[in-house]
Amino acid sequence: MLRYILQRLLLIPVLLFLFSVMVFALVQAPPGDYLTSYIATLSSSGSSLDQAEIEALKAQFGLDQPVYIQYVRWIQSLLRGKLGLSLEYQRPNVELIAERIGLTLVLALSAFVFTWIVAIPLGIYSATHRNTLLDYLTTVLNYIGVATPNFMLALILMWWAYSQFGLSVTGLFSREFEQAPWSFAKVIDLLKHIWVPMIVIGMAGTARLTRVMRANLLDELNKPYMTSGRARGLSEWQLVMKYPVRLAINPLASTIGWYLPEIFSGSLIVATVMNLQNIGPLLLRSLINQDMYLAGSILLIYCFLAIIGTLLSDILLAWLDPRIRMEKT
Amino acid sequence: MAGVEPNLAQPEDTHLPQDRESESAALPIPPEEQTGVGESLLPATQDEERISVASNWTLVWWRFRKNKLALISTAILLFLVLIVLMPEFFATVDPEETDARLAFIPVQGIHWLDEGRLKPWVPGVAGKRDPVTLRMIWTTDESQKIYVRFFAPGFSYKFLGLIETDRHLIGTVDSGQASQVYLLGTDRLGRDQWSRLAYATRISMTIGMASVILSVVLGLLLGGISGYFGGWPDMVIQRTIELLQSLPVIPIWLALTAALPRTWSPEKVFFAITIILALRGWTTLAREVRGRFLSLREEDFVLAAELSGASQARIILVHMIPTFTSHIIATSTLAIPVMIVTETSLSFLGLGMRPPAISWGVMLQEAQNIQTLALAPWLLTPGLVVIVAVLIFNLVGDGLRDAADPYSH
Amino acid sequence: MPSSIKPVTQPSASSLSQEPLLRVEDLKAYFFMDEGTVRAVDGVSFDVFPGKVVGIVGESGCGKSVTMKAILQILEPSAKIISGKVTLRSRFNSLDPDSPEELVELTGLHPDSRKIRKIRGSEIALIPQEPMAAFSPVYTVGNHIIETILLHQDVSKQEARQIAIDVFRSVGISMPEQRIDSYSWELSGGLRQRAIIAMALSCNPRLLIADEPTTAIDVTTQAQILKLLRKLQEERQTSIIFITHDLGVIAQMADEVVVMYLGMVMEKGPVHTIFKDAKHPYTQALLRSIPSVQSTPRLKLPTIAGSIAHPFNRPAGCPFHPRCKHFMRGVCDASQPALAPIAEGHFVSCFLYSSESMSPVATGRQAVPATENNP
Repeated sequence: MLRYILQRLLLIPVLLFLFSVMVFALVQAPPGDYLTSYIATLSSSGSSLDQAEIEALKAQFGLDQPVYIQYVRWIQSLLRGKLGLSLEYQRPNVELIAERIGLTLVLALSAFVFTWIVAIPLGIYSATHRNTLLDYLTTVLNYIGVATPNFMLALILMWWAYSQFGLSVTGLFSREFEQAPWSFAKVIDLLKHIWVPMIVIGMAGTARLTRVMRANLLDELNKPYMTSGRARGLSEWQLVMKYPVRLAINPLASTIGWYLPEIFSGSLIVATVMNLQNIGPLLLRSLINQDMYLAGSILLIYCFLAIIGTLLSDILLAWLDPRIRMEKT
Repeated sequence: MAGVEPNLAQPEDTHLPQDRESESAALPIPPEEQTGVGESLLPATQDEERISVASNWTLVWWRFRKNKLALISTAILLFLVLIVLMPEFFATVDPEETDARLAFIPVQGIHWLDEGRLKPWVPGVAGKRDPVTLRMIWTTDESQKIYVRFFAPGFSYKFLGLIETDRHLIGTVDSGQASQVYLLGTDRLGRDQWSRLAYATRISMTIGMASVILSVVLGLLLGGISGYFGGWPDMVIQRTIELLQSLPVIPIWLALTAALPRTWSPEKVFFAITIILALRGWTTLAREVRGRFLSLREEDFVLAAELSGASQARIILVHMIPTFTSHIIATSTLAIPVMIVTETSLSFLGLGMRPPAISWGVMLQEAQNIQTLALAPWLLTPGLVVIVAVLIFNLVGDGLRDAADPYSH
Repeated sequence: MPSSIKPVTQPSASSLSQEPLLRVEDLKAYFFMDEGTVRAVDGVSFDVFPGKVVGIVGESGCGKSVTMKAILQILEPSAKIISGKVTLRSRFNSLDPDSPEELVELTGLHPDSRKIRKIRGSEIALIPQEPMAAFSPVYTVGNHIIETILLHQDVSKQEARQIAIDVFRSVGISMPEQRIDSYSWELSGGLRQRAIIAMALSCNPRLLIADEPTTAIDVTTQAQILKLLRKLQEERQTSIIFITHDLGVIAQMADEVVVMYLGMVMEKGPVHTIFKDAKHPYTQALLRSIPSVQSTPRLKLPTIAGSIAHPFNRPAGCPFHPRCKHFMRGVCDASQPALAPIAEGHFVSCFLYSSESMSPVATGRQAVPATENNP
């Protein structure tokens, strides 16, 4: 088991290296760079930069170097924990990201927890009470939940709250807390606001997981060990909770691998629609403005989170299922 | 102990006392007289016979048609495909026609009856400018009736790109009133939502299906190579799949689409987005195909084909692929809605299809502002169409998957 | 339903030992499905006496396993017990050999009631068909057994573990201390089967239901397991209901035999009577299809003509009549023969042996109308 985890951990730097090359190629790909578009904006507004200033800026950001040198310099600074300077904001990228990464994690994790808290009991209920009214209702809601893109759900909720109650459900804070330093009151304010985006982000996943849970459980409920357990005098509840639920949770654990990264990246679109201050809108803006180092750093963070998610789910799965555990020691 | 089991196997030909009428009743029938061969033991046997001679596709169809929900979804899907093939026919006006004075006209409901007779009409609208906000406020005027009819003449176009015609599904009786019918209202620039929706359906559905077709081709090819040949190609392809699958999808898609030059024409962007979507879509399919090939390689019928001298291409194309075609169709059907949602999301953020191209996502860009939305909620209709499209693709896909699996029942 | 529990006024143990431990009377259990009703068990009666082995034999689909599940009240949700009574002499304390007893009517209990759950595992234990599938793959074998012991006995976890180890040893598993912590998929087929038997015996039940316990394992192990079961049965004086389609196993294990076909009892009697003097054409056909050392070499083994009827279309009258060599038109397909005694302890359900069959026309009128049997 330990060896297995170590192997997986050693793989992370390799993956990160490959991803960094890919990411760099991606942010480099658009024709032109931030400076050219910056100069274009300046000249269209009447002012201009002289040649010396342009050269100085190019040198500062390393834009005058060949691509592979730019990549090496970027990696070097990454390894030193510096993510470079944002071309647009003229601030260190670390600062820009650090401001928002916390909220990104809180939002994603709360959506994740919401999903599990809702999907597992609902799946169990649906499977053990097959063909009841609530089971049908769950199935219908699941289909609709899966079919609704989360930004669409966000739009509908925002529109409904606004037109019915004149409420704005965007943002994560009330106006007076937006710029305020962290305090107990601000946390309370966050909790008041976070549940709407949490449900919006977690909706589709909840629907999918409920279906997965129900299907897995239905499979397990027909296994002979259920008959054997009944014949030994276990009650239905004891039986369901100990055996099939335990087994049905395995595939659920594997969902962490794809679902957690999906929430991270899925929250990106919702964040843009609902004006949430996580790294999503920052990435979008930096991509559109060709703020390449900022975009690259954020993309790498997303990659890193995806790798961690997969790693976590693999370890959890190995720990949960003795058959895999034995195989891998 | 072994082999003491009573041999209860069913003999080849079942001898049953069939011809009972001729027997003198009530006496035990001597065994040697039991010569009548059972023709129809039970009504069930005829069914069984029918099943045993039916082709795989017939079986899939029999199972599929039992699923009413999937059947209804298929009907709606076919209707959407019809729109994809000829959006011009469904449109009432040119989708690009803008008139800022006609912005945010609300949905005009079609009234089917007029004075007790079937004579469809829509109420006219009258605009009044709000003196404070300077916005147009539209009110429907029921007294002003604009009669509509089906297959009415309108702007001319080439039907399926071949036949020049000016017929449309719906249009005004009096062609002078053509620009007064807005079945789904208008947007910020006074463009007709209904007509735009028809064109958007074409682009969004096509992108979804095209990228899935591309994924299927890639997935079959690479998954097939991986599964059939094994060795180092398998190794390389598997690692690539793992790498691609561990990428965070949406950010990478955003970066890729953001990298598309602004100057590209809508056609170029269309193809680029199709390719971008397929870039990861093939991995799931390739895995499935590989798994199938791995297990099929061990099957006796493949060995038999090899021994009788069939070429590798023949074995793959004639013997192996047909065994899982239905599964591939089901899996790809389920992949289409994912592509559609992704395209819609990207376009919605301004990174996918761009105006002047019209897709569901592009249309939804108009609905980003919540104040606008409160004023003109009909701007959300493209979103509802997305939900319906995804829903029916999922239902059809699920139905196909269940029908394609012979072991599920 | 009248009160399901009838307390017994402490008669002496000796007189009780002559009473059946389990009595099944006219048990009917049907499956209700969209396609129709399957009468899986349709009027089955038999007694199990203390220390005796009853073999239930029949082709697959004849309702053997459903009978077993109906006794334990662990039928699938689509199945219901329609009528009939299953009565068990249940001890108050399964650990005390002189424990007072009560008569419990199992069919009157709710399937998930505390009372029946107390009986399952401690009074009646099940040895299921597939030992591999009877254990959950994510828990150790010991975990299952200790769970059962803790459920039925008032002992600590440590003591339960010791009991489990002891019972493992008694079924001939070497190194029980280690084996108890392994998973079912780590054990060989024979060991797994022994572990299942150990689990069934762990709470000292008086009645074991063995549902084809040897079908899933290879022949040599099969012989060992049967020997073990026989030995344990003699040592503990446990009663066993032995369900199988293998007449050879019946001959070796059973004291009494019940022959079932399409949910009904065709014939029942002591094992030697059934093997020496079978009366029902179905039993005779079954016995003929056993290969024996004395049979003529290179002769095709006789089979029973036809196949088991479709469960939704059970033939009217005697269920076996379409395959029967002695089929009598207007009699066998008109009504169902009753299970009637023809000798001491020997019962047959066939018109060949009932006096009424001599006058078929009369039978047609007298017999119970068979209309409800029409598909």
